[in-house]
Amino acid sequence: MTVDPLDLAILRELSQDASQTAGQIGEKLGLSQPATWRRIKRLSDAGVLAGRRLELNAEALGFGVVVFLGIKLATKGRVSLEDFERAVTAIPEVQTVQHVLGLYDYRLRVVARDLSDFERVLRRRVMTLPGVGNVEANVLLSEERRLGPLG
Amino acid sequence: MLDDTDRRILRQMQSDPAMAVSEIAERCGLRAATVSRRIERLRDGDILRGHRVDIDWQKLGYSVEVSLRFTLDKTQPRAFDEFLAGARQIPEVVAIQTFLGRVDVRLSVIATDIADYQRLYRDKILTLPHIAELEALMHVATIKTAETLPL
Repeated sequence: MTVDPLDLAILRELSQDASQTAGQIGEKLGLSQPATWRRIKRLSDAGVLAGRRLELNAEALGFGVVVFLGIKLATKGRVSLEDFERAVTAIPEVQTVQHVLGLYDYRLRVVARDLSDFERVLRRRVMTLPGVGNVEANVLLSEERRLGPLG
Repeated sequence: MLDDTDRRILRQMQSDPAMAVSEIAERCGLRAATVSRRIERLRDGDILRGHRVDIDWQKLGYSVEVSLRFTLDKTQPRAFDEFLAGARQIPEVVAIQTFLGRVDVRLSVIATDIADYQRLYRDKILTLPHIAELEALMHVATIKTAETLPL
């Protein structure tokens, strides 16, 4: 979709603080509440605003470890990709699954209570997935989401 | 401390962040006032940190997304700080993560097309300080993006 600078300003405001109402954002940008609301609705309908997520304090809830896994499939072919994708998305500890091109075929974000809990997920759930070959693990130390082109 | 009722409420909120309190109450078999009080307490205890919006960069015309994985030259004591400071200056960087493992830092970068990506790669990425090794994973598809906790 084509967006104008005001749309981008609204996206920037929402990225910085998603709890703001259309009225509050409009006030900052010199737009009326209904005009701001209409723009937010248009951005949502077009899928630019892809949704809202709950932000939880993972450590306080007992999830202290995030590990990114690079996975190379041992056998290729359409069937094995689909089997793998179906099985991997069903693992509750697997938060994201991305199909990538390069050194690995898939990139997974896995959340666990601690390193021994991660080991359990890795051995019992991930290594037993259909077609899994080489696996590389990197433990997340810090994460910053940037505003990107909105900044 | 969190009990099973809190977890039940958080599970509902994770599955649909826009769910009304009355709906959460009904699904958990609780009174709305109880749910409100517990949500309030979860906020005060910094368990519930609010909401975040997801922006679909593809819909804004950024059709290319690449994960760049860096190994830094750790003989330079300021390698991390200087590299990260440089990366924060690049508007196309939408996320920065640091790791314990073979990969030190990962940058998520977006570009409008391959030519744009090539320009970005040559002019802004390769000029970042203290890079020892660099590999790229190009995103083909996102299969799952839940980022929910298995509560």
